[in-house]
Amino acid sequence: MRNKFAETFYKAALEDPKLCLVVADISPAGSIEKFRQDFPERFLNTGVAEQVMIGMCAGMCQNGLRPFAYTIATFALYRPFEMIRDDLAYQNLPVTVVGIGGGVSYAALGGTHHAQEDIFIASSIPNMQVIAPSDPLETEEATRHCVAQTKGPIYMRLGRAGEPILTGDAVDPFVFGKVRYLKKGKKTCILSYGAIMSLAVELYEDYKKRGETPSLVSMHTLKPLDRQGLSQILSNYEEIIVIEEVSPEGYVSGKLKQLAWEEKSLAKIHTFALQDEFIHVYGKPHELLAAHGLSLEHINSKMRA
Amino acid sequence: MHIAPAFSCLEIVDSIYFELMDRQQDRFVLSKGHGCMSQYVILEALGVLAKEDLDRYCTPQGCLGGHPDYGTPGIEASTGSLGHGLSIAMGMAYAEKLQKKDGKIFVVLGDGEMQEGSVWEAMMMAPNLKLNNLIAFVDLNNYQGLGKTSETHPNFYPIVDKCRAFGWETEEVNGHAHQDICQAVSLRKGERPLMVVCHTIKGKGVDFMIDAPIWHYRSPNGDEYAHALANLQEVAA
Repeated sequence: MRNKFAETFYKAALEDPKLCLVVADISPAGSIEKFRQDFPERFLNTGVAEQVMIGMCAGMCQNGLRPFAYTIATFALYRPFEMIRDDLAYQNLPVTVVGIGGGVSYAALGGTHHAQEDIFIASSIPNMQVIAPSDPLETEEATRHCVAQTKGPIYMRLGRAGEPILTGDAVDPFVFGKVRYLKKGKKTCILSYGAIMSLAVELYEDYKKRGETPSLVSMHTLKPLDRQGLSQILSNYEEIIVIEEVSPEGYVSGKLKQLAWEEKSLAKIHTFALQDEFIHVYGKPHELLAAHGLSLEHINSKMRA
Repeated sequence: MHIAPAFSCLEIVDSIYFELMDRQQDRFVLSKGHGCMSQYVILEALGVLAKEDLDRYCTPQGCLGGHPDYGTPGIEASTGSLGHGLSIAMGMAYAEKLQKKDGKIFVVLGDGEMQEGSVWEAMMMAPNLKLNNLIAFVDLNNYQGLGKTSETHPNFYPIVDKCRAFGWETEEVNGHAHQDICQAVSLRKGERPLMVVCHTIKGKGVDFMIDAPIWHYRSPNGDEYAHALANLQEVAA
């Protein structure tokens, strides 16, 4: 995802001289290195100083530029939280904060590098928009949106590198703020977003093996949440499964249950997300996720219990 | 209300607006946002704010709160929380350079504010970027919410040395002397960002606010208000 972001950002930056990238000592990947080489003045490294990274983005934006802040998600959002809240959101500036390694992507690096609460934290700030693309193709679309929009700050959660393409044959186009059907089926709807969409696809394939065709939906935009789209899902399906790499107990999960209660929906809602616990496991992302019950085996055992 | 903190930086802000700043192209960020009454009265004098705006200060009918808010006429940044303004000003200064513009960015910090770590992130960064269009002032009034800064943080002094060590051009002046403040800026070498350390008196102009930490926050009662006004008329005379 980060390489696709860099590639898309680079292309946009060729057209828009106001686009700048402000990083806090993060090693540039792929095309970001190219951006740094080709536009050295528009690539700014504040060093290990995330508060300045965000504060400078605010000032640059207030003075006519379109900066993106870019570093590991925990450092991008948690360390300079008040700068994000006050300088970007309170002042309502169109600055994008890109958090890479969202969720538990940095699975071997310990809990300090797990952005497991980022969606809740970012969404709780007024004016903040939150987006978590599900694969490199959605990352490209999301980045294009962030580059073009002028309505306020965005937090964009990305994974790492090498995520599979999952949305190549999506039913719907990517539209910011709208649920996106990747597959259309009946009875069951699987909802997910971010890098853990790969698990949702596994579950989808598992259903298919069993002769059932569920729908598969990307909830790439978490804020503003597409209440209308979710409402339709509640009306159209008997069973909804939400899979999220977010603690405590999932962001969309709670929102969907609230909406279901408000609308007196009879749909069965099953939610699978990171628990309200730090993860003391080192390994691959799927191994950490499994420790919190985010595996096909665990989901199937729960669903059929 | 933060009355005494506004009096300590009044001449600094006044000098910036009325002498140092080209208001067509320069910008001013009051990083010690709690001193905003100093800025409000000057913006009113300049016609940016109306007298009614001052009369409606901190009321639902007005547009001015106890801290400056971006979007209010003449206010460049929301700085109610300390430690934000210098980074924002740096971003503005960098944007000026990048866009090949000549604007200068002025920023006023509080001495207590300089205990925020974010200020030192910015202090370290500004000279790296060669932001010679960034002109900062420290309102060194030696008081903060809980007492005397020189007593709670004696190793913070001398501040000017710390600023110089971080790569800034520095000057040290009487922060109530208009001429000195202006000269510090006009005579600078101008190769690096400038930090003017301004020795000031918190609550200057009102005798009972001087050397009294409670006036960092306190609002005057009727008698105190009348006394303060009489004091200020003497100073003005």
